[in-house]
Amino acid sequence: MGDGEGACNEAAEISSGWGPLSALPGDAMMWILIISELAVFGAALAGYAVARALDPGLFSASQAHLDPFSGALNTAILLTSGVFAAGAVRQARAGVIRATRRLIGIAFLFGLAFLAVKVGEYAGHLADGYGLETNTFFTLYYLVTGFHAAHVVFGLMILALVAVFASEENVTTGCAFWHMVDLIWVLVFAVFYLS
Amino acid sequence: MKYQSQKVAAYYFYCAMALFAAQVTFGLVLGYIYVAPNFLSELLPFNIARMIHTNALIVWLLLGFFGAAYYLIPEEAETELHSPKLAILQLVLLMVGASGAVVGYLFRVHEGREFLEQPLWVKLGIVVAALIFLYNITLTVLKGRKTAITNVLLLGLWGIALFFLFALYNPSNLTLDKMYWWYVVHIWVEGVWELVMAAILAFMMLKLTGVDREVVDKWLYSIVALALFTGLLGTGHHYYWIGTPGYWQWIGSIFSALEVAPFFAMVVFTFVMVWKGRREHPNKAALLWSLGCSTLAFFGAGVWGFMHTLAPINYYTHGTQVTAAHGHLAFYGAYVCLNLAIITYAMPHLKNRTPYNQVLNMAAFWLMSGGMAFMTFTLTFAGVVQTHLQRVNGEYFMDVQDQLALFFWMRFGSGVAVVLGVLIFLYAVLVPRKEVVTPGMKTETVPAE
Repeated sequence: MGDGEGACNEAAEISSGWGPLSALPGDAMMWILIISELAVFGAALAGYAVARALDPGLFSASQAHLDPFSGALNTAILLTSGVFAAGAVRQARAGVIRATRRLIGIAFLFGLAFLAVKVGEYAGHLADGYGLETNTFFTLYYLVTGFHAAHVVFGLMILALVAVFASEENVTTGCAFWHMVDLIWVLVFAVFYLS
Repeated sequence: MKYQSQKVAAYYFYCAMALFAAQVTFGLVLGYIYVAPNFLSELLPFNIARMIHTNALIVWLLLGFFGAAYYLIPEEAETELHSPKLAILQLVLLMVGASGAVVGYLFRVHEGREFLEQPLWVKLGIVVAALIFLYNITLTVLKGRKTAITNVLLLGLWGIALFFLFALYNPSNLTLDKMYWWYVVHIWVEGVWELVMAAILAFMMLKLTGVDREVVDKWLYSIVALALFTGLLGTGHHYYWIGTPGYWQWIGSIFSALEVAPFFAMVVFTFVMVWKGRREHPNKAALLWSLGCSTLAFFGAGVWGFMHTLAPINYYTHGTQVTAAHGHLAFYGAYVCLNLAIITYAMPHLKNRTPYNQVLNMAAFWLMSGGMAFMTFTLTFAGVVQTHLQRVNGEYFMDVQDQLALFFWMRFGSGVAVVLGVLIFLYAVLVPRKEVVTPGMKTETVPAE
């Protein structure tokens, strides 16, 4: 293909195949996943906004049971993890495998710390009698933070995988997912703990 | 036709089309029962006719998928089918099961679980046929070239068989019964069937537009990712009112709202391929069916599905004619058009001649699709009125049905149009004109790999 000169640019665009996704770092399939995840969490947070507008009293009363300090701590942990992941990408680009793996390892440990804090929070809520079906606020709280925590687990698996197969492409792709997990947490934290 | 064993596809397509004719005939009878409720009430009660209408639909669509697989897998894998004889045996098993089920239904022999009414022996027969099929196509793919299209098609077809196994499990707890029932019904049409759809559409685009395989593959994988990402947890939109915990309302609403994405991606895919494609394929009718497939699936499954998928809306519309409107256009767009597209594409090859009766075939497309669109609109209006009278005002079901008579008459009329369209299609495909020899038209357009 690409024999006609007039259509040369267009043809080049077709043969790269991914269209607008070609310009993004890492594997384009990862960006399709990232966009899908953002859509799902976006829809969930929009649903939260509507449910809250319908019953503001219940939501602020329930929200008072969350501990903003734990939320803030987890935000700091995950963002710090993200810094190390970004460092790993830089090292991978420079071709330094050892440093890449070390930085991914540190990012991984921060991810585990996030899960530890989150599990501690859940245990506290459950001990106080606030479960998945207590009310709409807690249903959404457990679903959204639980779904996010599942992504942290999945993200850790991806980090482990790209630490083993530490090509530049793989590390960039894996860290793109990990940064999405940060990004979503920042939004979840603001909406559930602060607003 | 590049491989002799592709020929078996033709037998599948013939059986599929015969059942298609039966399906719409029973549909017409049902449409008439809606306006004249005592019609055939002793001989063929509504529930029995409905069983045949829905079962025939599902079986002929599956036969079409099997035929499509037998047609396109040898071509993609670049090798003869592992065993054409097994393919014939599988078809015989399926047809014996299907006719046995229909005859049984007429004598009131059925298991009464909507869409899965087939007696146990038929279900087991289906499982055996599915195993034969999977064995046959998997071995064919394994010995030949593996492409994205064969990978996705195999994944979808394996999924169809695996999820059908839940049809054999019927717990006495009604909530669990319904939960597993949806594993078959939902995960078929909003999960694994979508993979089959994407794979067949990808094959059609490759052949009809001449776009590079590399580009088609990327679209295919993206669409499949979107379909599974949204469709699997989207099952939750059936778990709102069956006795499952309330959080399913959130899971179902959020994920199923996004189920429109893969259907939209398929519309963009097919149209972009046709625009960018640099080759004129002589089979215009197959192209029309392919574009109609993605477009009407987007409206029927995507838009009409979204219309009542959010839990607070579904609370009012559940089980009204809105559902019937969605069901008709979604099945028609996604799977009927898909099968008619591959049949329209493959039949000239299977008969070893240039595309024939194209204008008639395209007229059938417009008549059938126009009829189905009109049916969707009338049922949607009926459903909205029904929702208001019955669910908001609290009037009795049958009183409301009486007030919907005008819509049901119009639906019957649109049903007549659809059946006429089907008859024209069958004539166009099954009764080729005498061959008109046009030099240079006989060779198939070779896609740029």
